Amino acid sequence: MRFEKRMHYLEDVQLFRYRSDMAWYILLLLLLLAAPAAMGTYWVSLLIQIGIYIIVALGLNLLSGYTGQVSLGHAAFFAVGAYTSAILTGKYSIPFLLALPASGVAGAAAGLVVGLPALRLKGLYLAIATMGFGFIVEEIIVQWESVTNSVNGLMVTRPVIGPISFQSDKSYYYLVLAVVLIMVLAIKNILRTPTGRAFIAIRDSEIAAESMGVSLTVYKTAAFAISAFYAGVAGSLFAHFMFFIGPENFTIMESISFLVMILVGGLGSVHGAVFGAVFITFLPEAISLSRGYLPAVIGEQAGLQSAVYGLVLLLFIRFEPLGLYGRWLKVKFYFENFPFYKKDTFRRVRKFHRTVKQ
Amino acid sequence: MFLQIVSSGIAIGCIYALIALGFVLIYKASEVVNFAQGDLMMIGAFLVYSAVTHFHVPFIPAFLIAVIIMAVLGKGIDRLLLRPLVGEQAFALIMATIGLGILIRSIGGMIWGYDTFSFQAGITDRPVRMGSVALSSVHIWIIAVTLLLIVGLYYFFNRTKTGVSMEAASQNQLAAYLMGIGVKKVFSNIWAISAMVATVAGVLLTPLQFLNYNMGFVGLKAFPAAVLGGFGSIPGAIVGGIIIGVSESIAGVYLPEGFKEIFAWIILIGVLMIRPEGIFGIQERKRV
Repeated sequence: MRFEKRMHYLEDVQLFRYRSDMAWYILLLLLLLAAPAAMGTYWVSLLIQIGIYIIVALGLNLLSGYTGQVSLGHAAFFAVGAYTSAILTGKYSIPFLLALPASGVAGAAAGLVVGLPALRLKGLYLAIATMGFGFIVEEIIVQWESVTNSVNGLMVTRPVIGPISFQSDKSYYYLVLAVVLIMVLAIKNILRTPTGRAFIAIRDSEIAAESMGVSLTVYKTAAFAISAFYAGVAGSLFAHFMFFIGPENFTIMESISFLVMILVGGLGSVHGAVFGAVFITFLPEAISLSRGYLPAVIGEQAGLQSAVYGLVLLLFIRFEPLGLYGRWLKVKFYFENFPFYKKDTFRRVRKFHRTVKQ
Repeated sequence: MFLQIVSSGIAIGCIYALIALGFVLIYKASEVVNFAQGDLMMIGAFLVYSAVTHFHVPFIPAFLIAVIIMAVLGKGIDRLLLRPLVGEQAFALIMATIGLGILIRSIGGMIWGYDTFSFQAGITDRPVRMGSVALSSVHIWIIAVTLLLIVGLYYFFNRTKTGVSMEAASQNQLAAYLMGIGVKKVFSNIWAISAMVATVAGVLLTPLQFLNYNMGFVGLKAFPAAVLGGFGSIPGAIVGGIIIGVSESIAGVYLPEGFKEIFAWIILIGVLMIRPEGIFGIQERKRV
């Protein structure tokens, strides 16, 4: 069992709960730094993909998990970031170090465009409106040929910063790792400021938050903008990683897979975003590995991957709505409070009353 | 010319309306939004296709068999997936039906393959002259069947005992429960009806579009229709569907390329900015 003693209110908001946590994270960081040396190129490219998805998931989790605004159009912000970076570095030869934040800002601007009208929308209506925005951006990419080169897509090169070239996957990995670290620390810090608390308050009850002096207009728009900033930065990294971007990279299925990430990982937690990104990247790998062991009737099906994907999503919602991180917390809680674990500790509050129509 | 554009718009609008009707029925009863409605429609259409082409069943019995299978499927989805999730947050429910849609689509692909089939659904297309305009008989069929179905559903919900109990459960679950209405049974029946309506929509869509495991994506276009109509209102869904269908086909002819695909969404966002609860919607307030 572990006993906690808090002496200060500030201890509630510190970055690491325990000193041992910090040691674990430093160990993880060292492992990640050493990883490319021990791995083949293919695994390194998977790690890069995970890193890119972590950034998107962090942003989306801030919007959907912490602020409670469902977005079914996040691929649009991702696309805005990717195209901004591709066009700035390709057509205008602007250095990557400027193009990366610029794509984040472009994403955030798109987030503001969506966020302001979305202020009046809630839940379902917001989900559908953002889905519509996703379709509109996808169609703009197809039709605006002079800028986006339509369905033929754009070629993108790997960035060069000063004397360092990130041409190979292994070197690009370190670039992505650095950006992911900055983004994780940034979101951790946003969440422990009054802004982050305001987001959580909005999620839990808009009316209560408003009566406590949280401006819904300011904070909801801010959540959209920050979240879209993350998606934009990730889009930029994605474009330079893939060498090529086209409208087929940014469909509604991409938006859905972002949501699946945060749902499977764990809504409303930074760890959840990371777990979700790892999960969504390794799922196709695991399926293609297991194809050989399955009976031919199932193993050779082309639709196996999406079937498993849908099934996993359903099973998580049904049996572990808190996601992988929730499961991790439960296991940890069990050992920390060894003889006192109760099943009901993590029971969710369900609401059986419905929206009142007047 | 203009009248023909409008009539084909009304025809596709009727399909949107039927899919939107499926959303609305389920939403009204249980506040669940069924993102898998389009995929149910795909399964329904393929069932009719299989019965007619592979098992050589005449069209009408094939259709009836498909409707019954779909009703059972709808009940099964309600029992296995949605009932354990009653009372969960809206986000979990949205994701659950999205996952269901992905699953249904991939199973459809496994069963019927990934090719595109052409299926006339027993309707031969020939022009019908009405005064100076020539209308396609397919369009007339679609409009007629939709009208019939709406009248039938209207009668069912307002005049039969089962229908009225469903209406009651959708207005106030708790009160309906206290009045002795089996709310679980109502939900299960609503899912069955919704899956049946989806089958009708699928069969009517096949003469206009090819049969493909991906055809459920048309269902997403019915979202603007349902939202325009206020998501809780059956006449709203019909009017919304027809507005979307007509304006889409007008946009396809008179506006630059690309507008046809997204016009529905542009209208949707425009309407939501002016009236966030839709044209026919009722302002919903939550108690704190």
